[in-house]
Formats: sequence, C-alpha cells, structure tokens
Amino acid sequence: MNAKKYGKIAYDGLVTNNATFKLVLGTCSTLAMSTSAVNSFGMGLSVTVVLLLSNVIISLLRKIIPNTVRIPAFVVIIATMVTLLRMVLDKYIPDLYDSMGVFLPLIVVNCVILGRAEAFASKRPVIDSAIDGVATGLGLTFALTFIGIIREFLGSGSFFGIQVTDFRIGFFTNAAGAFFVYGICIALFVFVANKAEQARRVKKMRVLRKPAAIGPLPPVTESSEREDG
Amino acid sequence: MAATIFLIVISAVFSQNFILVKFLGICPFLGVSKKTNSALSMGIAVTLVMLLATLVTYPLYTYIMVPLKIEYLEIIFFIFVIAALVQMLEKIIEKISPALYRSMGIYLPLITTNCAILGVAELLLVNDVSEIVSGVAAGINMNLGFALLYALCSGLGFTLAMLLMGGVREKLEKLPVAKCMKGFPITMVAACFMAMAFYVFALL
Repeated sequence: MNAKKYGKIAYDGLVTNNATFKLVLGTCSTLAMSTSAVNSFGMGLSVTVVLLLSNVIISLLRKIIPNTVRIPAFVVIIATMVTLLRMVLDKYIPDLYDSMGVFLPLIVVNCVILGRAEAFASKRPVIDSAIDGVATGLGLTFALTFIGIIREFLGSGSFFGIQVTDFRIGFFTNAAGAFFVYGICIALFVFVANKAEQARRVKKMRVLRKPAAIGPLPPVTESSEREDG
Repeated sequence: MAATIFLIVISAVFSQNFILVKFLGICPFLGVSKKTNSALSMGIAVTLVMLLATLVTYPLYTYIMVPLKIEYLEIIFFIFVIAALVQMLEKIIEKISPALYRSMGIYLPLITTNCAILGVAELLLVNDVSEIVSGVAAGINMNLGFALLYALCSGLGFTLAMLLMGGVREKLEKLPVAKCMKGFPITMVAACFMAMAFYVFALL
C-alpha cells in the first residue's frame, strides 16, 4: 500500500510532471547551465539537494507557518539552504562553483523549488515530501543532463568532457542553440507522451471490449459492430 | 567616462541582453509574452523593480554588509529586500493609480521570483566595471551611478526582448503548427532565431 503510494509520487515527479519537459519550470538555469553535460549534471544535483532539504523542512514546519506569510517563510528557508550549499560547493567543489557563477544564488528563485514547496510540501507529511523532492530533482537532473549531452556533443564534439570527434557546430554552445535544443526536446517529450497516451487508450478500449465480445450480451455487441461497419 | 557609459548601455541592452544572451528572466519571457500589451506592462514593471532593488541592495551590500563582514548572507538579504519592495510597490500603485494597478497588478507578485532581479543584484557585486561589461578598460571602479545605469539598461533590454517576443507570438498564434510543437516548443524555436540576431551585437 505504502510502497505503491510512494512509487506513484516518485513516478509523478520523475516522468508525469517532469519539471523541465512537462511543466517547463526553472528554464533560466536549464538554458544557461546545459552547455556541457558535467555542468548540467552538477546543476541538477545542486537543485535536487536544495529541493530535498527545503521540502523536508517546510513539511516539518507546515503546521507552524501561518498561511498568510507562507511565501516569505518558504523563500527564507530556501535562501538559507542555497547559502549553505554555496558554502559547501565553494569549499569542496570549487570547479563547479566557478562554472555555475551567478546561477548558484539564483537557485533561490528557481520556480521548481518554490512550486514544490507550495503545491506539495506545505500539505503533505515529511516522508512523502522527501520522496517528492528527490524524484522531482532527479527528473530535472535527467532532463538537464540529456540537454547537456546533446549540446556538448554537437557543440564541442565531446561526451562528459571526453573528446570524441573533431566535428563541432558552434551554434549549439551559444544562446541560440540552447533555445533550439530545449524547444526540440520539449516537442520530443510531448510527442512520446502523446503516443504513450494513445497506446494506453487503445489497450484500455480492448480490455473494455473483450468481456463484451465474449460476455453474456452478444446482441448488443453485434449491433454496435454493425453500426461501425 | 562617456565611453564607459556608452559601452554599459550597448552591452546591457543589446550584446549582453538579459533574456536572449544571459538567460535571466526566461519564465516571464515565456509566460507573459502572448500579447504585446502585457509584455510591455511586464517589462516596465521589471525595469522599475530592478532599478529600485539596485538602489537598495547595492548600498546595503557595500556600506553595511561588507564592513560588518556578513557578505555570506547576501542571498537571504537580497531576496528579502526584493520581496518587500515588490509588495510595497504593489500597494503604492494600487493607491495612486487603480487603472495601472489593474493592468499591471497581476504581474507584480510574479516579479519576486523573477531571476533577472536577483541576477542583476548579484552581478553588480564586482569591484571593476570591466568584469560585467566587456570592452571597458580595466581599472574603472564600480559605483552606485554605474550600478543604477546598468540596472536601468538591463531593464530596457528585458523590455525590448519581451516586446519583440510579444509581437512574434501574436503572429505565431495564427500559424498552423505541428501538434507536438504547439506552445512552448515553437516559442523556444522563435526565441532561438531572436537570440541569433542578438548574438550579432556581441560580435561587433
């Protein structure tokens, strides 16, 4: 029972409500940080950490924070988490800290985090919120890394920093390429999601039709089939 | 001096455009650019808040936080200042001009989580103008005047990009677009072409 519920929360965060491709939230950091796969992976994980911590804390405090001042309270909690993350990255992973630049403090205003706090963590128990935070964060990390891999491969001919070919198209590493690749990726996600939805509907129809065809009411099916024909 | 001012203006409005080159403030760019009118209102509101936020955060950082050695609290302080400013501005506009409030009011709360505002406040925390504006000779110290000019021009660049996008999207609505490209994807591709156009300014 519980496992099923947690599984659904995780699946929603990872796929159904994918922050980057489905909800199109947190676009600024997605576009800016996806120049290389390593950068986008680092950005994704940073957002995941902040999302997990802020979701857990907000969920714990959800009965204490008055409803009228909840947004400022959430923002302060998230800002504190980002400040902590910034100190940790500055000390232990200075390369990532440098490459993220101004987009590290801007995690505070990443709409994904405030969105999850408002829509999920402020209403649900701690474990649910923690799972939701990790799932949403990982969904975002996968999406970011996917865009990062494409842009890095086409733009500088490498894969996670390892040089693969000499072939490169500068377009993909600059701003215009970011918009282009992101747009195409969203279109691809929508296309696949639509196809999956269609397949599911067809399957459902078959399941519904089957008992009717061999069930106790043959005349009805016959008439309906005749109408179809 | 004049050259520095000129370079700051060109850089902030065109060659380092906040939306199309720096990727700051993409959410309102995609969300509120369906109509030229609303795009213009959003642009003006953002420019105003950017200017006010810089007017408060830059002195706050330089004259209070640095002497007290609490620079590490900048994110929390800045976001609080911006949230308070936006709230204040909303109330003031509501009192002074109800008509303006009706047309602009719904965009104001959104500005708090607009990364362009926090972005400009963070970007301006440099000692030398040449660190954020390419082409300026090194050694020109950052001061409040330059900071305000940079914020104003960034806001204007933001408004320009919003307006252009609003115009493009009004036309885009009427075009037959493949089902999976409808909405965000086609907007992104349109933004891609605009970004290419702006990239030329950076090459000059």
